[in-house]
Amino acid sequence: MGVTTSPDGIKEIRTPLSDADVESLRAGDRVRITGVLYTARDAAHGRLDRLIEKGERLPFDPRGQIIYYTGPSPARPGDVVGSIGPTTASRMDKFTPALLRLGLKGTIGKGYRSQAVKDALRQHRGVYFGAIGGAGAVLSQFVKKLSIVAYEDLGTEAIRRLEVESFPAIVVNDCHGGDLYQDGAKAYAREGA
Amino acid sequence: MRDVHVSAITDAVKKLCIEANLDLEPDMLRAFDGALRQERSPAGKQVLQILKQNAEMARTRRIPYCQDTGFVVCFVELGQEIHVTGGGLDDAINEGVRQGYREGYLRASIVRSPFDRVNTGDNTPAVIHADVVPGATLRILVMAKGGGCENRSKYRMLTPAEGVPGVKEWIIECVKTAGPDACPPLILGVGVGGTFEKSAILSKKALFRELGSPNPDPTLDALEKELLDRANRLGIGPQGYGGDTTAFGIHILTYPCHITSLPVAVTIECHAHRHKKVTL
Repeated sequence: MGVTTSPDGIKEIRTPLSDADVESLRAGDRVRITGVLYTARDAAHGRLDRLIEKGERLPFDPRGQIIYYTGPSPARPGDVVGSIGPTTASRMDKFTPALLRLGLKGTIGKGYRSQAVKDALRQHRGVYFGAIGGAGAVLSQFVKKLSIVAYEDLGTEAIRRLEVESFPAIVVNDCHGGDLYQDGAKAYAREGA
Repeated sequence: MRDVHVSAITDAVKKLCIEANLDLEPDMLRAFDGALRQERSPAGKQVLQILKQNAEMARTRRIPYCQDTGFVVCFVELGQEIHVTGGGLDDAINEGVRQGYREGYLRASIVRSPFDRVNTGDNTPAVIHADVVPGATLRILVMAKGGGCENRSKYRMLTPAEGVPGVKEWIIECVKTAGPDACPPLILGVGVGGTFEKSAILSKKALFRELGSPNPDPTLDALEKELLDRANRLGIGPQGYGGDTTAFGIHILTYPCHITSLPVAVTIECHAHRHKKVTL
């Protein structure tokens, strides 16, 4: 099992993820991810999409993997990485269902997903995690190794393979239709807005 | 006339770019503390605590607060008795951005054309708004503007008949549509009046007012407070996880406008509100 619950109530996730792992997660669950994440954002998704359209092999096998939507700042000498928080996920909505169809299990970002992505999460057993946007300095601590996998010419937008330990996130959209953003706003909305 | 050499401008801009990204201004740190005292949501509180910790880590470890180290938006107030020597003003500012982003290990986030999208590699050019003002000083205000929140900025041309109620509804609508995408707690810069472009520029300039300070116009101050209270009743909360702290502030600047028009521009700013200024 890639998902276990710690005494503090936080779910520990070890990559890669299986369908059963994904099914055990619910919107609002706090998680710590250990293992491998692949970074990709706008430009890299554009290139991946062209490969998928042509039926060609991707630079990494997406099956069971998690894509982290981020473009890190440069590392200072001696550091693994610079600041590395999430970017807005909705810009990748156009590309996400095709990747989920190929076996991708998770994405990490911030902000709303489209209905098409939420439907694809249900259909293909996928999960969307939120990481804290703008907390790039804190999040850099959880990245232990980094290597470039593809598209080095894209600079910060290259695909990187990260090895992370206890990377903190929260389940925003689960594969059962749960949505933290909807639940959270409903719970705290007050009269007079 | 007083001479100011371009090298002084370049040095100043370089320093402001680095400091803006590593050392959050005290008004932001106070906003985190204020929100922590009032936030009811445990998830929201936790986000605020991590953001405070993030600011501290950025300051001490010299690592950017956010990986999106922004588009440099620069407001220049050039005293008319200043003579800039040794080159052009815009070139001097861009050279400061180039040096600051390279030496500060800040991210290059600018593409040379919106169509071919090739990264310029050094975060240049900046967006520069220069005003000539009376006096013999040169004031430079620098903001490192994040892209995620900028993408949720909006503009609407209201009719005079829609009036103040229309403006209020539109601003609240902007907070709702920005939601979790723009990294709340948000700060809204609002420009009302002028022309299409004037209101947009005012909406950026409004963000430079110290957070928590009153609007010098009492009517606008009351309007800002009312809107901030309403925004924080939406329930969106820090990062959109639900809570009472959806916005830290709403800053409004106005300008006279045409009898036919009521332009309203809203710049959405995230909690990574990185702004610095210097007077030469």
